[in-house]
Amino acid sequence: MTTILTRVRRTGRRADRQPPAEPDRPAPAPERPEAPPLDIAPNDPLLAYLQSSPGPVDVDKLQLDSPALTHMREMGLRLVVPLVAQGELIGLLNLGPRLSEQEYSTDDRKLLENLAAQAAPAVRVAQLVREQEAEARRRERIEHELQVATLIQQNFLPKTTPDIPGWQLAAYYQPARAVGGDFYDFIELPDGQLGLVIGDVTDKGVPAALVMAATRSVLRATAPRLIDPHEVLGRVNDLLCPDMPPNMFVTCLYGVLEPATGRFRYANAGQNLPYARTEEGVVEFRATGLPLGLLPEMTYEEKEATLEPGQTMVLSSDGLVEAHNPEGEMFGFPRLRQIMGEHPGGIAMLDHLLADLRRFVGPGWEQEDDVTLVTLWRASAPPMSHAEAEAEADAAAEVHTEADAEAGQTAAEGRRVLAEFSLPSVAGNERLAMDRVAEAVADVDLDGARLERLKTAVSEGAMNAIEHGNQFQADLPVAILVTLGGGDLAVRITDHGGGRDITEPETPDLDAKLEGKQSPRGWGLFLIKNMVDEMHVTSDDTHHTIELVLHLEGDEP
Amino acid sequence: MSAQAFAGEIRQRDSAAVVDLSGDIDGNAEQDLRTVYHEAVAGNPSTVVLNFEGVGYINSTGIALIVGLLAEARKAKQTVLAVGLSPHYQEIFQVTRLADFMPMFADEDAALAGAPSPAGTA
Repeated sequence: MTTILTRVRRTGRRADRQPPAEPDRPAPAPERPEAPPLDIAPNDPLLAYLQSSPGPVDVDKLQLDSPALTHMREMGLRLVVPLVAQGELIGLLNLGPRLSEQEYSTDDRKLLENLAAQAAPAVRVAQLVREQEAEARRRERIEHELQVATLIQQNFLPKTTPDIPGWQLAAYYQPARAVGGDFYDFIELPDGQLGLVIGDVTDKGVPAALVMAATRSVLRATAPRLIDPHEVLGRVNDLLCPDMPPNMFVTCLYGVLEPATGRFRYANAGQNLPYARTEEGVVEFRATGLPLGLLPEMTYEEKEATLEPGQTMVLSSDGLVEAHNPEGEMFGFPRLRQIMGEHPGGIAMLDHLLADLRRFVGPGWEQEDDVTLVTLWRASAPPMSHAEAEAEADAAAEVHTEADAEAGQTAAEGRRVLAEFSLPSVAGNERLAMDRVAEAVADVDLDGARLERLKTAVSEGAMNAIEHGNQFQADLPVAILVTLGGGDLAVRITDHGGGRDITEPETPDLDAKLEGKQSPRGWGLFLIKNMVDEMHVTSDDTHHTIELVLHLEGDEP
Repeated sequence: MSAQAFAGEIRQRDSAAVVDLSGDIDGNAEQDLRTVYHEAVAGNPSTVVLNFEGVGYINSTGIALIVGLLAEARKAKQTVLAVGLSPHYQEIFQVTRLADFMPMFADEDAALAGAPSPAGTA
């Protein structure tokens, strides 16, 4: 109400502004200049008075401490008639002195009162129509903005997949809202190499689309120059950091494929791991690194794998694995792996995954996040000469990754992955690690005491990794992998403390500690060793891994 | 389970000082744990009872802090008893042998009556 009333217009004529009419000449059409708007502040007592006033009000007779009233008097108003529709004051008829310079009569007042009673609903309808038109224009503008952003974004997504002899590529992208934060890209590189990108900007809508567009452009400019995936991501991160809006970042996997050999080098800034379907099962390509745009001068791990003929690689965004079915169950990585393993692979893999997603979420699914999938299939019998084939055979080991080599016997060999995540090396994150592992093993039949022991061991292991391995450098992640198989549960905690001596945990000497001859500290590894059935510590030049194993004695679900 | 701030409150019970501990005993508790312990022993009680009932999380740093307190108690020839530990932390106190120097009891009454420790039932 107040917003309407703050600008009421005087509709009456003001005698003092009329030029005197000359008797001999026809009077000119009286000028009716648009009176200046009359503003009434929302807290002005005049408002309450007019709201409850039944008819015309004499401005001169009112006794109110009201700035608006003073203003009305200055303007020469004599009479104001409230326009009230459905109990709401929607405007005023403002009148100056009568042209005859007589006072307004009782009849005049009655006429004005009737006029106001009939005019008020009509004015209200006009006001509502005007408000609706303004709202419609506002919506139209927003929709137009979204359309523009969608256009920008769709322009930035590849129109087609690259045509590479011996390979078939497929991509799928479905935003959750009109404009999403997911993106993928194929970048032509020197020597027939192909850059592959899949990423996800936090948040959705226009801001995410703009960050996505910026990331894509920077990647396109950087990739052909630097080639090496870890260098590309490092450079892109440095370029994005200064201009990244607060609370936004970009997860992104960048890989370089050599189509002739199947060699795939990749680095990962927090994006979902690529999976490959191989003869031996589904393997994952692991590389660690923080998302882009969080902190400058990040380093990214670079890994390498070889995609053999007949193998299919799947790159995905969160929208697939984090889709929920009506029961609230998540699609999840284990399911993705399982489906990939069951499908014979090839170009049909993508449609198969989408069909399974639709079956999983059921009809009427309200998509929570963008779904992006990119699949690469290396044809089973690529056209090649005999010599090429021999060279290929020599070079081709099984699909392997350095990460798998590090993982030794675990991930790749038919173990069920219950959880895989990494955490920044920040004090206190050991609790997070503990809680997430506890969640991951919720379905494993561990009794309460064993679960408590595992939690303590994980917390201590993660704390060692944060404190000693990564020395509290927040950008160095602690990677945690929880797997189940062969009758045991294993938790691997990996940090960047490789290349140092591994000291076997000794039983701390409590007597010496109590006598002050030994530091009271140094309980971590000792505790871990006593909390789990097996503890393995391995190390290479870069990484240090502690593996905690609990024997399940046949109670695996 | 999210992190819980450490707190300690002292009660006098006969000649013993009972310290009701709550929250997490980890690196963050260092200052407060020392302070409350020193307040508890300021009146030179013969026995200090540490009540762990409100404690949900103790890590290796927390154990080191307790070792430090026990070392002080040993010098001052004070007895420190532990009550209210969950079975899991009873096990940890046994594995680390803390229980050898800080006998564990099911509750405060048992501790002050000098009842046999329930340790070993964990």
